[in-house]
Amino acid sequence: MDFVLNDDRRMVKETLERFLADHYDIEKRHGFVMSEDGFSRDMWAQFAELGIIGAMFGEEVGGFGGEGVDLMVVFEILGKHLVVEPFLPTLLGGIILSQTGQHNSLIESAIKGNALLALAHGEPTSRYEVNNVAATAQQKDGNWIVNGDKSVVLGGGTATHLLVSARTSGTIGDEAGISLFLVEKSDAVSVRGYATLDGYGAAEINLDNAAGILLVEEGKGLALIEKTHAAGIVAISAEALGAMTTATDLTVEYSKQRKQFGVPIGKFQALQHRMADILIELEQMRSSVMNAAGNLNADRIIREQEASACKLLVGQIGRQIAEEAIQIHGGMGMTWEYSVGHFAKHIIMIDHVLGDTDYHLERYIAFGQKT
Amino acid sequence: MDLAFSDIENSFRQEVRGFLQEKLSSRISEKVKLGKRLTKEDMAEWHATLNEKGWLAVNWPVEHGGTGWTAVQKHIFDEECWAAGAPRTVPFGLNMLAPVLMKFGSQEQQSHYLPRILDGTDWWCQGYSEPGAGSDLASLRTSATREGDHYIVNGQKTWTTLGQYADWIFCLVRTSTEGKRQEGISFLLIDMKTPGVTVRPIILIDGEHEVNEIFFDDVKVPVSNLVGEENKGWTYAKYLLTHERTGTANIGNSNAALERLKLIANEQTKGGKPLSHDPYFAARIARVEIDLKALKTTNLRILVDADSGAAAGPESSMLKVKGTIIRQELNDLTRRALGPYALPFSSEAMEEGYNEQSIGPDYANAIAAKYFNNRKMSIYAGSNEIQREIITKTKLRL
Repeated sequence: MDFVLNDDRRMVKETLERFLADHYDIEKRHGFVMSEDGFSRDMWAQFAELGIIGAMFGEEVGGFGGEGVDLMVVFEILGKHLVVEPFLPTLLGGIILSQTGQHNSLIESAIKGNALLALAHGEPTSRYEVNNVAATAQQKDGNWIVNGDKSVVLGGGTATHLLVSARTSGTIGDEAGISLFLVEKSDAVSVRGYATLDGYGAAEINLDNAAGILLVEEGKGLALIEKTHAAGIVAISAEALGAMTTATDLTVEYSKQRKQFGVPIGKFQALQHRMADILIELEQMRSSVMNAAGNLNADRIIREQEASACKLLVGQIGRQIAEEAIQIHGGMGMTWEYSVGHFAKHIIMIDHVLGDTDYHLERYIAFGQKT
Repeated sequence: MDLAFSDIENSFRQEVRGFLQEKLSSRISEKVKLGKRLTKEDMAEWHATLNEKGWLAVNWPVEHGGTGWTAVQKHIFDEECWAAGAPRTVPFGLNMLAPVLMKFGSQEQQSHYLPRILDGTDWWCQGYSEPGAGSDLASLRTSATREGDHYIVNGQKTWTTLGQYADWIFCLVRTSTEGKRQEGISFLLIDMKTPGVTVRPIILIDGEHEVNEIFFDDVKVPVSNLVGEENKGWTYAKYLLTHERTGTANIGNSNAALERLKLIANEQTKGGKPLSHDPYFAARIARVEIDLKALKTTNLRILVDADSGAAAGPESSMLKVKGTIIRQELNDLTRRALGPYALPFSSEAMEEGYNEQSIGPDYANAIAAKYFNNRKMSIYAGSNEIQREIITKTKLRL
């Protein structure tokens, strides 16, 4: 057993931490969220230059990381600072591309911060189910055309390239028959971009005879989507862990400063025990992220179970920490001006990304029964 | 023991339902149901509708223009109003100031202010909390110094709900620094138009402006605006805390939220079937419904006791704690029910005139925002920690 980061990862961690401490704060973030793109292109270019985007991908596609642990290291720090730039969409789109053995130049462009990717998989009635795909694709004169609606596509508004799942055979809910396509934005792709409640870019997308390039073997896309989601879960869970850590730090610090009845409120045992519980859960969360990260390349059942276990705890522990952080801050925790509420919002809304607690409980049980 | 409502109570419920069907405009109830932003005009319109019927001052005695209803009638009215999608009446004048004026105010104050609350001439807000005095309210520092026929008020109040709309504010102010902290507090009525009063908005985490900071800079207030005796304000404020119990458990509010949740869970699908058929989600709904059923009976037991003259104790604290836990759990389940569509949020879509197609279902937009907004419920009106302290001290005597 070895829980220590190697030198390369420690360097990425320190570089990113230093950069964010110097260049990123909640006020700047508000500005980025309010801007036309919903994030800072300038920041994104700097992240690319620092090698942070590349840390999400393996050397075979021009990156210098790509393991579960790399994702854990990078995303935890992004979460601590509530970074709003499109790391998760880039990761999801990039993994799909990287598994095709082609399109390396597009990944390279993404790593440089030029191309912006997004995975367009969810649909208006698919909820979190990975196999629930109603969009379709047909071959016409040797070219693929894709039709259908994709919903809450993270990064979809600003993406230059979409990775789109569509059915080439079978019916909604079938595991077989789902294919993956690379779709560039065009007149055949209508995009309605918007911000999520916690400030991240997303979009509703309609594909109307959009030209697509088939990425992996026809009808065999689901396995790759699953694997991509597992990596996404490691990333977003680490991000949640980072946000939970900051929310906890802010709360403990506030309880030491805020005086009522002549003493800091942190002196009240009722609050002390709740903050102690939070610390215990925070360690559980960290361990669970490590479990998921360390098993990202394991066999399907183990990988999926660890990912589901982790995402379930994100929903459960996240709710506890976000709600306690607001409650212990009192009215201050409810304000826009004070940062803890923004962390709380992100922590809670992450429950709605890549499957919530109930979805992953069910999935965890189902995979357990397969062994 | 008989758990059923009496025939009279049932026919009262029918009467309320008929009134709401006839008089509550669908324009307003749709806004309430979709979580859209209510304007001051919307709230004033609903107040006027209720006042015309004589049903605005639910908690007032008949001689002041109130309904004189029993506790059970008030409870039924509250349930029906929420079920119909009526806006909450603005409580500051009606339920917070008025009982204090009736009990401790002068004849002149009663006959001047009470009718103006009913007809909407005066909008009130509450000036209790201060930056340094939240849960520890008695540490408040806003001062009122007597100079001839006036008090000169200096200081700052905060978390003043709907203060941006108010004509008047009732304040707890410090008139003495001698003796126990609670003994130097007075209850003062201040015209918001007086020179030196400044209102500054506080934006909440959902981006909404509903609370404010109020600054007082040498504000001249006539001595005739003092309610009751000088330095007795704490007693009056405490009277209020135990006096008003009808809405404390949030039963009507939670009922309506539960019905709404069930509608959404029927419309949302999981694996091609309604979400409400999913055993995991159905169990979550059932658990909160079971809690709410028990609390309804607890609430009615306490209300009926109070009607027959039982002394006020820590019951309202119990109702507040459990009632807010249930209401917040319903907010949590409703956001869960939406799945990924809990994520999109548009502030513009909360406006009445918003005509664009909704992102996801039309009911989805405000739901996650409401989950966060309602975190305030366990913080305001005496945080749930303070309520537990009250229970520990007054009931358990620990």
